[in-house]
Amino acid sequence: MTMAQTSSSGNGRGRPLKRFQWLIEPYLYLSPAIILIALVMLVPLVVGVSYAFQAIDLLDPFTTGWVGLANFEKLWADRLFWKALTNTFWWTLGSLFFQFFLGLGLALLLNKPFAGRGLVQGLVFLPWAVPAFLSGLNWAWLFNPIIGPIPHWLAAMGIMEKPQNILANPDLALWGPIVANIWFGIPFFAITLLAALQSIPRDLYEAAAIDGASLWQSFIKITVPFLAPTIAITVMLRTIWIANFADLIYIMTGGGPANSTHIISSYIFTTAFRRLDFGYASTLAIALLVLLLAYAMLILKMRKHLVKGI
Amino acid sequence: MQKTAFPLGATLRYLAIALYVLFALFPIYWLIKIAVTPDRLIYTEGTQIWPSTFTLDNFVSVLFLTDFLVYFKNSMIVSLGTAFFTTLVATAAGYAFSRFHFRGKAIIIALMLITQMFPLLMIIAPIYKIMAGLRLLDSLTGLIIVYTAFNVPFATFLMQGFFDGIPKDLEEAAMIDGCTRFTALRKVIFPLTLPGLAATLGFIFTAAWSELLFALMLINSDDKMTFPVGLKTFVSKFAVDWGQMMAAGTLALIPSCLFFILIQRFLVKGLTAGAVKG
Repeated sequence: MTMAQTSSSGNGRGRPLKRFQWLIEPYLYLSPAIILIALVMLVPLVVGVSYAFQAIDLLDPFTTGWVGLANFEKLWADRLFWKALTNTFWWTLGSLFFQFFLGLGLALLLNKPFAGRGLVQGLVFLPWAVPAFLSGLNWAWLFNPIIGPIPHWLAAMGIMEKPQNILANPDLALWGPIVANIWFGIPFFAITLLAALQSIPRDLYEAAAIDGASLWQSFIKITVPFLAPTIAITVMLRTIWIANFADLIYIMTGGGPANSTHIISSYIFTTAFRRLDFGYASTLAIALLVLLLAYAMLILKMRKHLVKGI
Repeated sequence: MQKTAFPLGATLRYLAIALYVLFALFPIYWLIKIAVTPDRLIYTEGTQIWPSTFTLDNFVSVLFLTDFLVYFKNSMIVSLGTAFFTTLVATAAGYAFSRFHFRGKAIIIALMLITQMFPLLMIIAPIYKIMAGLRLLDSLTGLIIVYTAFNVPFATFLMQGFFDGIPKDLEEAAMIDGCTRFTALRKVIFPLTLPGLAATLGFIFTAAWSELLFALMLINSDDKMTFPVGLKTFVSKFAVDWGQMMAAGTLALIPSCLFFILIQRFLVKGLTAGAVKG
């Protein structure tokens, strides 16, 4: 590279024109993003919030009107909502736990050179390229004893008495979409963590090796602290994304059998698109939003702490 | 720094890698297998690892007897458009977050985080009304605008992370040499963020490629349908014509897979120590 190091340290911020430019510059970089997000997401969000306090039935536009907190009273008494809330917790935790640790393992494996690494990397990241709609159908088939192999394997291993579809069992059905979600989400964590791993300066490892540090010590003292901020933000965004991710559940079980697999977001979808009850759907959405906001605040606090720690 | 691994360690590593590959590929293999299984054999040989005879009939009927090619073209336009505009907007925003301290930064970050948190289903009706007002209903342009807005916040945080990994000294040195900040960004920083850009493009492309809900809501006419919406019409129209659906699905995988093969080169290269050292 041709970056001659000069000893000049003048930054020119004293001159008025330069100073003005320096002040507005960040906003110039940000303005397309801000305008787009405001118009397409924030304005509709405010409108959407107002729906929670209204009766809005798309099939019957003439009974639309303000109903105060009636939708929230209905929510409190709705047993399906509480069931969906519990399911949201297990769905998110189960998916995230395995996605993260399997993704981290994959990133660490791929971070070291080996023969055929390029090919392997391309292959293991493929699930991410499979559209969610298709993944859902595909896994539903794999769990189907008529057409898929998984029930037969489970029966052969003695885990199941005879080949059955776990998607038809209210006690186990949620694990179907969770497995599909793990498959689908490992590449996300692997790619993000691998990119973060590769941005760690090599000098640090070289210096550590010269000082006689073991691989494990390098991992704990260099890799983990460097990854921590990335991990915090990725896990946070991913948790929220998974909690909102209704596609797999909607396609694989439709919330069934007997409403046993609804998470809040798939319940919102059903309410909005099957019953066309936009008011109650927005109420459910607000409940989910409040929970996720509280969670995000917690993680952001932790991230600040971690960044400070370095 | 590379130590000679124990033979046992190396074996375990390769075993782990093989398991990952198997887990990743098996469902895709199954999809293709169903697609080439003749219809009359699906229920008798469905659980076999390979059918006794195989056929390309499903592919032929999907390609020539349905609107598949139209859906395919529409999805291509929408996904490429979304990936391009999202990455452009998010790179600028991520750079601003990474390099500047300015009034309102915390508020803007908070607003962006909020967009990542609320369930998107919440805004499907308001967006429908706004797009109707802008005469962007039933148009691919409308879909690109909506998808771009949805993906910008995440892509921005991703790009910010990549910029944070690049030492500030690099562009400061270039600016001292007389470059404007924008030139420094373009000539010095941009080449270093290529892995990040590639990852971002890949994420956004695949996200747009598989989005179903808003496409269903905003598009009505057959000639504007994107791929997931088209697949959904397969389900409703042909009830359980699984062979055709899986054939269509297999074909839909091709662009995503090609895209990944292209970008993984950048991921492998990564940010090398050499580039930063100069």
